Amino acid sequence: MAGSGRGRGRAAFTFNIEAIGFSKGASLPDAVCKPPPPFPSTDNKPVPLKTGEDEDYMLALKQDFRGTMKKMPYFLAVEEEREAIERYSKKYQSREKEHAAWTPDWRRLPREMKPRKKMKKASAKPRKANSSDPKSNLDVLKKIEELEKKDDEEEKSEDEKDKTKDKEGEDDDEAEEPEEYDEEEHEEENDYISSYFEDGDDFGAGSDDNMDEATY
Amino acid sequence: MTQAEIKLCSLLLREHFGEIVERVGTLLVRAGAQPLRMLVGDTGLSLEQVKKALCVLLQHNLATFQLPKRGGVEYEARAERVLRILRYPRYIYAAKTLYGDTGELLVEELLLNGKMTMSAAVRKVADRLTETMEDGRTMDYADVSSTFVRLADTHLVQRCPLLPETPQGPPGPAPTLVLDEKEMYTVPRLNLTGRGKRRRSCEEEEEGEPRAKKQKADGEGSEPPPEDDGIYWQVNLERFHQHFRDQAIVSAVANRMDQTSSEIVRTMLRMSEVTTASGAPYTQPLSSNEIFRSLPAGYNISKQVLDQYLTLLADDPLEFVGKSGDSGGGMYTVNLHKALASLATATLESIVEERFGSRCARIFRLLLRKKHLEQKQVEDFAMIPAKEAKEMLYRMLSENFVALQEIPKTPDHAPSRTFYLYTVNVPASARMLLHRCYKSVANLMERRQFETKENKRLLEKSQRVEAILASMQATGAEAAQLQEIEEMITAPERQQLESLKRNVNKLDASENQVDETIFVLESFIHSTIRKP
Repeated sequence: MAGSGRGRGRAAFTFNIEAIGFSKGASLPDAVCKPPPPFPSTDNKPVPLKTGEDEDYMLALKQDFRGTMKKMPYFLAVEEEREAIERYSKKYQSREKEHAAWTPDWRRLPREMKPRKKMKKASAKPRKANSSDPKSNLDVLKKIEELEKKDDEEEKSEDEKDKTKDKEGEDDDEAEEPEEYDEEEHEEENDYISSYFEDGDDFGAGSDDNMDEATY
Repeated sequence: MTQAEIKLCSLLLREHFGEIVERVGTLLVRAGAQPLRMLVGDTGLSLEQVKKALCVLLQHNLATFQLPKRGGVEYEARAERVLRILRYPRYIYAAKTLYGDTGELLVEELLLNGKMTMSAAVRKVADRLTETMEDGRTMDYADVSSTFVRLADTHLVQRCPLLPETPQGPPGPAPTLVLDEKEMYTVPRLNLTGRGKRRRSCEEEEEGEPRAKKQKADGEGSEPPPEDDGIYWQVNLERFHQHFRDQAIVSAVANRMDQTSSEIVRTMLRMSEVTTASGAPYTQPLSSNEIFRSLPAGYNISKQVLDQYLTLLADDPLEFVGKSGDSGGGMYTVNLHKALASLATATLESIVEERFGSRCARIFRLLLRKKHLEQKQVEDFAMIPAKEAKEMLYRMLSENFVALQEIPKTPDHAPSRTFYLYTVNVPASARMLLHRCYKSVANLMERRQFETKENKRLLEKSQRVEAILASMQATGAEAAQLQEIEEMITAPERQQLESLKRNVNKLDASENQVDETIFVLESFIHSTIRKP
């Protein structure tokens, strides 16, 4: 009843409108129906920038610093797409970058930061054996043995590493991933697709353990 | 971390370290402490790339690692440290004003590399200085070392946390680095002898040549480990902030009073540099006799004049200097927190004046002085017609410079029986403005990058032309040929380049200036946070 807001068909506020400063009967400003514009016009323009020797010097310092940072080895850029035409100067530019490579002090960093070098060393050995010795049956057998040994070594070293790293099982997957990738990279360069025959997969003819049985 | 701060962090990281570091850094800032595999999963980068990015961030003190109880290693980004990248030019320039070119280059090298050993820093700076000197002269390592020692003595550079001396048990997944408070600024005893080397292969000095060649061929690995191996130094940003704060206070006093009083305040601050903790509300009390003895040599004001100045400073309503006792001719302190509050308030006032006009500024200053006022009182005190006063107050209220305080007369908070008082909450407004400053800087950086990207083709062309010109000048070409090369860039292109350069310079200078405001506001907000 009282204060229903429709007394005599006119709106009435619940508080004294004089308190906010509108005199009785004065028109209220328009209600806002949309959000404010993203670039409102400014009646008061900003003050011009400070100028002086100090500011100029700091500006030069800032731009120099930015340029120098781009050339430091800390700047990791995403590798761009290969250019359509190989430029002659690229040969000289890339050598400069390698020269300036940076290695952090590994003693101060967590052990997982160090890039895993074991893969490359182990696979370098059979590679050298492959290229230096002439191909013969004995050498092929030796190579198979070496590869088996290498797998065992990796298994052992992997286990050790996993125990010292995080205890969750997800790490195993992660440790395997770069290894698998490296294996594919470093395998022999023949025409066979290395992923075609996985270790332990049966493809077509199963394990040819008994050669007496004929295969159909 | 607000959205604006995260955006600014990611822009700064991208500009200075590249996209990979930016992705890793932004994720760390956004999500808090993360182990390595979460980073690899969430950023979508390869493990190698994430490792490299983390090494870069750790090297530059932008991230830290810790060993949580459940095992493994977690990495955390230091977002406020990333925002300091904006202020690097100011640090380098301050080092230049204090310690000359050598100091400037030392601080610049430390900022470029994050942390370095003293020997590496000295060597690099000596080489750089030798480059700029005239032919035949080289920079001695001893000079650079002595400047480094001075920097360490004034605490502008500090040691990084060290590996513990004795290995503690089996090595864990990550080393725990410790730092002894007393050891933070002790310089190791080094025997650095030598002179800087030039990079050019044609050397004037005979003994320099075989050494330089050996260095190029072998790199760092063949040299014996330096004597200070493992002792890394970093720039002490807090000390630079103290220096900037002191500078701001001195210049404020100079603006308000005169040069002599600013010199007195500068002397007081210099005397309290090492005795006052960084977060202290006021400096240690200094007696008037001490101040008289420590005034710089050029100033020969008498003791009575000094006492008069000190009394004037202490009576000033801004309360930069306070009197804490009468022994020793009067004990005076500098009220650091009050000074910061005054500086922040002055910044607020000037922003309101520039944004809304001088009448709004009058209302704002009135509210600052009288704390709480009703609508009617505002009109009366400010002597502004009701309608305009109302409009201005509502404008400032909508932009959050001014707040409304309700005081109910009855427990049911009926609007007709409630007082509505306008007030200014300085810390809250300061925080709001700081947030706006971060947004401004992010906008400025985006615009600058956009401008550079738009004109990328033109910039590359002009760089190529410059390179051709330089090489032709080096091999000695005629003026006609040089003229021809220069004409490769047409006149409208030249104009475009000019305007691009002007715009980029303007945007860069604006970033520097906004950073000054950020510094004042941040220092004030830090001073209001009560340490537990």
